Amino acid sequence: MNHLEVRHLSKSFETNSVLKDVHFSVGNGEFVSLLGPSGSGKSTLFRIIGGISLPSSGSIHLNGEKINGKRGSISYTPQSPSLMPWRTILDNVLLGQELTGYRDREKAIAMMKRAGLEGYEKAYPHELSGGMKQRASFIRSLLSPQELILLDEPFSALDEFTRIDMQKWLLSIWEAHQRSILFITHHIEEAIFLSDRIIILSARPATVRKEFVIPFERPRKESLLLSDEFLQWKKKIYEEMRFPHVSSSD
Amino acid sequence: MRSIFEKGWRPILALILLFIFWEFCTIIFEIPAWLLPSPSQVFAEAFTGWSGYQVHLASTVQLVITGFLIGASVGIIVAVSLHLIPFMRQAFYPLIIISQNIPTIVLAPLLVIWFGFGILPKLIVITLVCFFPITIALLDGFRQTDNDLKHYVQMAGATKQQIFWKLEWPHALPSLFSGLKISATYSVMGAVISEWLGASKGIGVYMTLASSSYRTDRVFVSIFLIVIMSLIFFAIIRVLEKWVINWKPIEKGSHHESS
Ligand SMILES: Nc1ncnc2c1ncn2[C@@H]1O[C@H](COP(=O)(O)OP(=O)(O)OP(=O)(O)O)[C@@H](O)[C@H]1O
Ligand SMILES: [Mg+2]
Repeated sequence: MNHLEVRHLSKSFETNSVLKDVHFSVGNGEFVSLLGPSGSGKSTLFRIIGGISLPSSGSIHLNGEKINGKRGSISYTPQSPSLMPWRTILDNVLLGQELTGYRDREKAIAMMKRAGLEGYEKAYPHELSGGMKQRASFIRSLLSPQELILLDEPFSALDEFTRIDMQKWLLSIWEAHQRSILFITHHIEEAIFLSDRIIILSARPATVRKEFVIPFERPRKESLLLSDEFLQWKKKIYEEMRFPHVSSSD
Repeated sequence: MRSIFEKGWRPILALILLFIFWEFCTIIFEIPAWLLPSPSQVFAEAFTGWSGYQVHLASTVQLVITGFLIGASVGIIVAVSLHLIPFMRQAFYPLIIISQNIPTIVLAPLLVIWFGFGILPKLIVITLVCFFPITIALLDGFRQTDNDLKHYVQMAGATKQQIFWKLEWPHALPSLFSGLKISATYSVMGAVISEWLGASKGIGVYMTLASSSYRTDRVFVSIFLIVIMSLIFFAIIRVLEKWVINWKPIEKGSHHESS
């Protein structure tokens, strides 16, 4: 059964059409990336899936249940780390659990250790680097009880090497936990390296232009980034994203 | 403590210079003490007259603390209800602004007519001057809640109550404290004004008695007492703030910037 289904979703703000007939699904335990240009409406799509914004038409289904406007059914990692500055990292990481039920401190501490945040349990967010904050923010999602995790460009503010380290870290965590992930990015290599499937969105109004199934085996290694096959994929997706765009608007 | 000395020496030096200048002026121009006493005369009176104003001081301090606590509670309750109930906000926000446009001096006699000379009209005056800065600061704090954080907790399925207690309230605490600091100093002023309305004890009373008997030195003693009280109340709130908001980044390099 499909985990998340986005069915013919459209959204406009007054006359500004942002999403147009967006249609795709995310299977159980699948890692799916949404790849689209800046300002195409990816965050808007997440806000609709998260239930804090209503679609103009279309619907969202989670395990068959319609969740339009229903909050709390997914776990979300926002574009900025969005940690509460007045909470310690441990309390921040436990927030998702706290909102829906009980706090599992032991698990949180173990998870922080895996993320290289050991010893920072009692630190405040301003004492952490950007990458550490992003990891804390992701652990918060991972500890939340919801099965589907939405990640909105979590690594866009990081430098290239930190970004690759974070991607490897994310993969190792994901492979161990097998949660379904819907991942927003506008970074092609990132999408190929991480995903089972890539959904390409057009510029605004965003609509699904194409889907690619990425065949690389797991677990994936960093050396994959430099392989010929990887570069072939990069070229393929780059052309798909670039050329229709050039011919239609530029 | 060290930082207080490091930052505080400039205003203290300025104050001492002012006192010296003042002292010399009264000597050189032979100003009579009933017109302008010299600082040394004022300090002398402050020490020798202690038994005379001690009762007044105690009464005012008590009034300020009670009034401030009531005013602050009212301020917080008003802000929270205006924030959580949009209808209340639309209906009462303008009224609250209007309430601040009525000068206390005009309102005070009315309060005496309605409530007599007891403690009630005094507490009302202090509450009126106290609650406003707190309400406005706190409402601002609520309103400026970080949007990303708000979206996050909403998507995570937080209830309205959870959003308030886990996000908006802690987010607004620094604003609340700026309001409290302003109100703490206002409350001293409010207490003195309310004592002018008619009271048997209090710095306001002591001041009125002193000025009507041309004991100008005592008027200055009361002014100093009022200033010192305000500063102490301000400092108490500041300490409380540092204790409650212990998560703020310590600004590195600010010491070098300021010197
Ligand atoms: N609440 C809103 N009201 C009006 N317009 C909005 C609103 N939210 C988003 N938009 C519009 O939707 C468009 C898409 O915004 P969105 O944040 O979803 O883009 P994005 O794909 O996430 O971009 P980026 O990659 O830069 O994060 C923007 O051009 C913006 O003008
Ligand atoms: Mg976005």
